[in-house]
Amino acid sequence: MPSAQVLCVVLFDSTSAALRAEKLSRAAGLDVKLIPVPRHLSSDCGLCLRFRESDREPVTRILAESGLESAGVFPAASP
Amino acid sequence: MIYLDNAATSWPKPPQVALAMQRFLTEVGATPGRSGHRLSIEAGRIVLEAREAIAELFSVRDPLRVAFTANATEALNTVLLGFPVPGEHVLVSGLEHNSVMRPLTELHRRGTDHTVLPHAGDGTLDPDEIRKAVRPGTVLLVLNHGSNVSGRVLPVREAGRIARELGLYVLVDAAQTAGCIPIDLERDGLDFLAFTGHKGLYGPQGTGGFVLSERVDPRHVRPLMTGGTGSRSEHTVHPDFLPDRFEAGTPNSVGLAGLAAGVRFVLEKGVDEIRRHEEMLVARLAAGLADIDGVTLHGMARPGERTCTLSFCMRGIATSDVALRLDEEFAVLARAGLQCAPLAHRTLATFPEGTVRFSPGFFNTSEEMDAAVKAVATLAAAARRSAG
Repeated sequence: MPSAQVLCVVLFDSTSAALRAEKLSRAAGLDVKLIPVPRHLSSDCGLCLRFRESDREPVTRILAESGLESAGVFPAASP
Repeated sequence: MIYLDNAATSWPKPPQVALAMQRFLTEVGATPGRSGHRLSIEAGRIVLEAREAIAELFSVRDPLRVAFTANATEALNTVLLGFPVPGEHVLVSGLEHNSVMRPLTELHRRGTDHTVLPHAGDGTLDPDEIRKAVRPGTVLLVLNHGSNVSGRVLPVREAGRIARELGLYVLVDAAQTAGCIPIDLERDGLDFLAFTGHKGLYGPQGTGGFVLSERVDPRHVRPLMTGGTGSRSEHTVHPDFLPDRFEAGTPNSVGLAGLAAGVRFVLEKGVDEIRRHEEMLVARLAAGLADIDGVTLHGMARPGERTCTLSFCMRGIATSDVALRLDEEFAVLARAGLQCAPLAHRTLATFPEGTVRFSPGFFNTSEEMDAAVKAVATLAAAARRSAG
């Protein structure tokens, strides 16, 4: 993933949901990656899904269609 | 050797089950859904695959409504001890295993009572009995989908429809039927489906779980255990969302890798094809045993209403001796006694003597059924001679 791209993360309650979101996004051809939840967002020890800002629309559509509830979309880098 | 104890644990397993477990231990190994490094994520993907395979098998739209436990017993305990509250009432079939009856006895001490539905002498259940037994405060109907003693399949869809009409939730114990009899959570009108991994799903022992229908709010079921889940680590309060609510602590990931492979095997074969072969085996076995003088089959259901399990007694020999001699003299592996289901034996009037249980599986052959029948016939002839 080129570093010039603006990256976002979507957080979930459960890591199982994050894993499922990764699978469905990849099946749709999106370039996504599971990463530990950035410290500036949460002290959780779980996973979140990182994606390109430009893919925000398809990612949120996939979540809505599959009934996966997100706990919010945030910039990947700390402010 | 002829293994006829698949109702306890299926064996042998499809080879891909052991391969998946070996791959997990040698190439992945890490804790799933924690840490966030590549091996942890890969372990998480494998556990998710198991969840998705189970969801596909039972036609569940959202795989996160599948929670894994160590076996069906833990799944049944979670729902029974966690869903009804003191003062409420539970209905159960007369074919339940102790994995249901013992938690219900414990619940009784805590103030939640239960009623056993009456069955006919052959073990059939008229679903209308549910209407007669329901009372104010009844919240849950528990049905053993397939008896581990007689192999009878209870009419869960019809019973589920009546139960829902009466405002009850439905818990089905699919320990004997998952992978052998088609189950569709929504179409069958079930709210909780408990399954084990080590029988008809061809996984290893130590895997199982339950599915919650969309009608069930997971917050209304208290978990058996609380602990680490990899989620909401900043809180010491246990999460209320699925599947984490019912999955505290590091799971049996290596077992779930095997379970995923086992369920994939079932999905590729098709439950209908598995059932066709198993019905052929049990029909052949039942016909052969019924012809033997001194052998009585107990609670045998018609084709279409049974699994691949059957129970019999032999005049003149205790069931434990039949099983011992079958093993020692004929290498036929059966299970004698009450099979952990005293209630079912009372319903079938085989308590306390019990029965000899034969439970072939998908990997058995019709030649093996004939050999088992011949072994029983030889023992029965010897018993007739010594009775003189």
